[in-house]
Amino acid sequence: MSYLPSLAPSRTIDVSLGPQHPSTHGVFRMNVTLDGETVTKLQPVFGYLHRNHEKIAEGNSWLAAMPYTDRLDYICPLTNNWAYALAVEKLAGIEVAERAEYIRVITAELTRLQNHVAFLGFVLGDMGAWGTALMYAFREREKILDLFEALTGARMMCNYMRFGGCRCDLPAGWIESARKLVDGFPAFLDEMEALLTGNEILLARLQGIAPLTAKRAINGGLSGPVLRAAGVDQDIRKVDNYGIYNRFKFRVPRGSVGDCYDRFMIRILEARESVEILKQAIAAIPEGPVVNPKAKQRGFRPPAGEAYGRIEGPKGELGFYLISDGSDRPYRFRIRPPSLINLTLLEELCLGTKIADVMVILGSIDIVLGEVDR
Amino acid sequence: MTGILEAIRAALPSAGVELLQNPSPCAQHSLIVCPKDARAVAEFLRNSLGYDFCSNVSGVDWPARKVKETIVRKETVEGVETEVKETVEREIPGFLEAVYHVFSISKRSGVLTLRVRTGNRTDDVSIPSLTPVWKSADFQEREAYDLFGIRFDGHPDLRRILMWDEFADHPMRKDYNPPDDFEYEPTPHDEILVKVKARTEAA
Repeated sequence: MSYLPSLAPSRTIDVSLGPQHPSTHGVFRMNVTLDGETVTKLQPVFGYLHRNHEKIAEGNSWLAAMPYTDRLDYICPLTNNWAYALAVEKLAGIEVAERAEYIRVITAELTRLQNHVAFLGFVLGDMGAWGTALMYAFREREKILDLFEALTGARMMCNYMRFGGCRCDLPAGWIESARKLVDGFPAFLDEMEALLTGNEILLARLQGIAPLTAKRAINGGLSGPVLRAAGVDQDIRKVDNYGIYNRFKFRVPRGSVGDCYDRFMIRILEARESVEILKQAIAAIPEGPVVNPKAKQRGFRPPAGEAYGRIEGPKGELGFYLISDGSDRPYRFRIRPPSLINLTLLEELCLGTKIADVMVILGSIDIVLGEVDR
Repeated sequence: MTGILEAIRAALPSAGVELLQNPSPCAQHSLIVCPKDARAVAEFLRNSLGYDFCSNVSGVDWPARKVKETIVRKETVEGVETEVKETVEREIPGFLEAVYHVFSISKRSGVLTLRVRTGNRTDDVSIPSLTPVWKSADFQEREAYDLFGIRFDGHPDLRRILMWDEFADHPMRKDYNPPDDFEYEPTPHDEILVKVKARTEAA
């Protein structure tokens, strides 16, 4: 028999986390029910950044949808461009210029690098290491954004890909600067790992938090690093072999338990593989035109039909489903947003964890609200 | 694609499944599944054919449209058989459509496109939800309900997802007319103006 006075019956508290909250990565809101500090219910609320991108694209020409794709996942504009261009190329059967394929791989892998680096900074911020890790991460990210600016004229709103190729050729000396950056990148990753991965606090906050089985992850439609962290061997670069990815040698890292630590580490490992792809692509890039001269850009009218094109974006499977009725604007323009669909299992992952872990779990999924709400 | 169709027909002989050709060069043909059999077909695809990953769920709106067709008809005029070309206008009734893009991760398959169509665009807009089969359809079916007005029977939590709860229409439909001002709401100020106007007119 306990000699303590009987505790008052526990009362649950409803907390609205967000939409304006420093750890929700934008205007994301979760209605959380707490029993003490334990989460008993979690309901994500979407739509604060909704502007109906799909409707806007249906009212514009095929080419005019390209700059809008930059605004989806604004951390990775170039992969968004590629996914849309790839879907249109499938729809109309356009071939891509050889040099442009290499430029696409180089820019996409640089995008992956800077996304994963930014992720490291953000997730550390979610764990309470405010600022320091993010500053180191953004220092590296800024170097890659400088390359994007030199190439496309914009750091983030690049609007660079075109149907059948890219908008403009690489400026003089760009490849040299890219090579220099890529060669120096593993040193930064080593530095980051030395500071972080063995850190006692980091391990305590990440290991064993919200593990996920492979079966659940597949059924929940997760994709990208989150799916691979659960131990699933799925990388669209290997499965679909889109672009020219079959010419490069790289490995697909996988996690074993699918907890937050696996989701964290997989980004570092993927960044290392991206560096390998970049080295091979930079060494092999050929001369030539950067856009297929037969591909029409303005006044483009693909034949009637439909196509689903997808790429391995830094956050997961980014797909575009396009229906054409033969006119100069898309009949249906659907984006498969990895950020939104990766949140499908958020409640399941968070149930039973502490409120402080919710932020880390959300951070480990890596979302961008421009893509979640579209 | 025809292999999958045959497998479905062999396992579920009563299921209404048709092949829809896609004229685009990518030749991603799709299967039109009758709504009453959609759940059974989805379960068969997942359990027996290994289609474990439902990647994309997309609503599509097809309003009623008129199609002009040229029909060649043989006619016997005064003992001479001639071919007469005739243009006939045929109306295709409108419907809403949910398109599922399904992959098999274990078999590394290409895309399999399933289409489920509603009866019309007004009162018969219910189709069975495939969320119990593929959890990934959860948010995306909510989105199709929100933006297109397709009702998914058996969905665990069918609410609006992107538009606000009080919103009445379905903005992705082709005949949707946006209001001039989304944020207009009658304020006390307007009421006062009406009252003032009524008073001055009465005086």
